Amino acid sequence: MDAKPRLAVHKFSSCDGCQLAFLNQGAELLQLATLVEIVHFAQAGFVAPDATVDMAFVEGSISTPEDEKRIRLVRKNSRYLVAIGACATAGGLQALRNRAPGGAGWIAEIYPQPGHIHALPASTAVSAHVPVDAELWGCPVNGRQVLDAVRGRLFGVTPVVETDKVCLECKRQQGVCVLVAHGAPCMGPVTRTGCGALCPRLHRDCYACYGPAENANTQALGRRLADLGLSPAAIARRFLSINNAATAFRDAGDRWQEEDHGDA
Amino acid sequence: MAATGFLLRGHMQNLLDALRAAGYRCVGPQVRDGAIIYDTLSQADDLPWGWRDEQKPGRYRLGRHDSPWGFAWANGPQGLKPLLFASADTLQTARRTDEGALHFESATPHAIATAVLGVRACDLAALRLQDQHFLEGLVPDPHYAARRADLFLIAVHCTHPAATCFCVSTGDGPRAEHGFDLALGETEEGFLGTAGSAAGAGFAKRLPLRAAEPREQDALEARITAAAAAQQRSLPARDLRAALFANLRHPRWEEVATRCLSCGNCTAVCPSCFCHAQSEEPTLDGLSSMSVRRWDSCFTQGHSAIHGIVIRADTRQRYRQWLTHKLGSWHDQYGRSGCVGCGRCITWCPVGIDITEEAAGICGSGHV
Repeated sequence: MDAKPRLAVHKFSSCDGCQLAFLNQGAELLQLATLVEIVHFAQAGFVAPDATVDMAFVEGSISTPEDEKRIRLVRKNSRYLVAIGACATAGGLQALRNRAPGGAGWIAEIYPQPGHIHALPASTAVSAHVPVDAELWGCPVNGRQVLDAVRGRLFGVTPVVETDKVCLECKRQQGVCVLVAHGAPCMGPVTRTGCGALCPRLHRDCYACYGPAENANTQALGRRLADLGLSPAAIARRFLSINNAATAFRDAGDRWQEEDHGDA
Repeated sequence: MAATGFLLRGHMQNLLDALRAAGYRCVGPQVRDGAIIYDTLSQADDLPWGWRDEQKPGRYRLGRHDSPWGFAWANGPQGLKPLLFASADTLQTARRTDEGALHFESATPHAIATAVLGVRACDLAALRLQDQHFLEGLVPDPHYAARRADLFLIAVHCTHPAATCFCVSTGDGPRAEHGFDLALGETEEGFLGTAGSAAGAGFAKRLPLRAAEPREQDALEARITAAAAAQQRSLPARDLRAALFANLRHPRWEEVATRCLSCGNCTAVCPSCFCHAQSEEPTLDGLSSMSVRRWDSCFTQGHSAIHGIVIRADTRQRYRQWLTHKLGSWHDQYGRSGCVGCGRCITWCPVGIDITEEAAGICGSGHV
């Protein structure tokens, strides 16, 4: 019998939540273990960080000099590399530090001994450091996304990655639009679907955790949020959240922050 | 059409019970999540008695009124479309047998006989268009056909159009003229009922109807006439096909693209839009796979992706595709415009883009 494809799940600067997309699968996790050989997945008890694998899932942003060195090694050891989650695809929530005024001076305001903090000047996506074969967006990604990617890879095809807006899925589920019917500052019209329109289906506004959708008109949505009564600073915060370093959201956030300063 | 009889408001439960006794699942309007939506209905008390809507571009609100009326509102986000053209449908499954052969199995739905209460004229017109598309082409769609076969339609004439409605200009309302089994017209005391089919006439006999009085008929007529007169928006009555295609480079396309979110909400709520995407969804073990059809939209990237090229990459092209198809080339395909004047695309557009304004802006005088 042919050897099973070897799989690794690596963690960088992150909260570990995306790894749960694998661990929470129950029976399908057992099935996964029959299809691939899991050689490194520290949270699941497999530790072989330097092993060569056919498929590596990478969670977390590149935020420290150690991350920077290690991601190159992971890339070298992995035939196919999938970045998973907002940290690995866009730098994550922690990329907010990239925007801190006055460089890294804030570190001293938080940590009693800032000398222990060894951080790169910016928290960035995996793709900013090494070539990435596929990106699965979301904070966190879900089981369907990661297992579909494994299945696709086993078939030798590129995983199907959602690029459409949350609205499409919300309407497929017959959701009542929270923006139109309740005036909620929903980010669905600019946000990538894949979550199953979870928040609007629970009557709350999407907060853009899956990052920008393709062809996102952040200008038009920003103007609509202003009509709903949000201040420029509040609109900037809607964009500068979990995926603050994703280009479309960063640019929109920058524009609304400038608007805010203009008012001041 | 002469009324078949009059149903007192208090007898609405008899109607629902009679539908159930006839073997139907009844779907009807009710308030959920701040809107009037259609879902399974067993209690007449769950109808939106005393509710009114307020709609304008990009805005929908419900409010209570001290009124016994149950249908004093214009349509919410859904038409009949979700009941017939399902937003997600498994078309077939493929399975690899132990011998390595592939086995295909179709997945025609087991449709439940369904009665829909409260269908508006615009949605009957849209149903006609969807029937043309799904049933009358070269290859009838078995999924749509299965759900359509046992559909019993109880229309309610529209007496309270929203500010976003324009069915008068498209010729599709506010009176339900045809395509229903039974039509109800609401008045102060109850409902004037008119059978529209043999099934509807047969069903009416099971209802506790009394004879309709001429003054009730007159009151209903006056209501419907007033509803028509109250409409604030309109599309040009003429065929816009030539005007739209003569204006493919009109600067308005560029301008609307700065406002349009390209989110597809308009196409999702449109009762006649039928575009879909089909995908294979394999199980993790790779031994079986489902072909799933889902609602898609001409506002997505995937809709015009062909061999790795996205034909309509920007919003200008996508909006133009939607409008020129809906109001233009639809005439070539189905013999009329694809717009029935329900106004949903105006209300449920998160930024309130108004199809009547855009059409007027592009087709207005001076450009053809």
